[in-house]
Amino acid sequence: MSATKQYELVYIAAPEATEQQLAELHELVVGIAAKFNGTIDRTEAWGRRRLAYTIGRHKEGIYVLEVISGGGDLVKELDRRLKVSDLVIRHLVVRVDEDLQIAARAKEARQATSARRRVARGLPAEPTPEERMRASAALADDRDEAEAY
Amino acid sequence: MAGDMHRSKSSTPPKPGERGARRPAGGGGGFRRRRVCKFKSEKIDYIDYKDVRLLMQFVPERGKIQPRRLSGTSAKWQRKLQVALKRARELALIPYATD
Repeated sequence: MSATKQYELVYIAAPEATEQQLAELHELVVGIAAKFNGTIDRTEAWGRRRLAYTIGRHKEGIYVLEVISGGGDLVKELDRRLKVSDLVIRHLVVRVDEDLQIAARAKEARQATSARRRVARGLPAEPTPEERMRASAALADDRDEAEAY
Repeated sequence: MAGDMHRSKSSTPPKPGERGARRPAGGGGGFRRRRVCKFKSEKIDYIDYKDVRLLMQFVPERGKIQPRRLSGTSAKWQRKLQVALKRARELALIPYATD
């Protein structure tokens, strides 16, 4: 049994792809996910974007992001199928669940520390909206100064 | 130099207000740069390789990855940043090099 992991798949379709071809590509991903007992958690179509450098003869591409939960064999199959597809000029699969977990833990720990310190100082555990505004304004101020250099 | 260690757990605690202080970059003709880690000070917990606007701040004109000596990014975050930048490069979100 392979454990369920979360992956982000980004693929770049050739700019001349039609709506129908894009729909077929999406179906392909959905089909593979279904076959390996995975699920598509989220799909984001970024649309047409300029490439930072030419890939083959293409200067533009149509970007699609799919967030997929499943096992490693699913990714292997996805990779294989996308590699042979002529329509997909580039694709990347990245495992994200672990990194997102680490980030969530860091955020939680920071908030817990802040709450503990605030209570110790006799303040309410949560910063008030007013304080938050001031903090973000200070950050923006900082940025302005940084750009001046 | 003790001044270089103001963010690490050294025996001399940093003076209040020293964090984010501008110091000369050394020999650069009085050119100063702030030395704070963007990800620590702005409490960014995760560097998304899809966030082009964030990543481009660490890619100078030439397309190379900015060294942390110049950006002030902490070692921990520079490692994560490096991975994110390289992923973004693969997806043609940011350039490998520009002449």
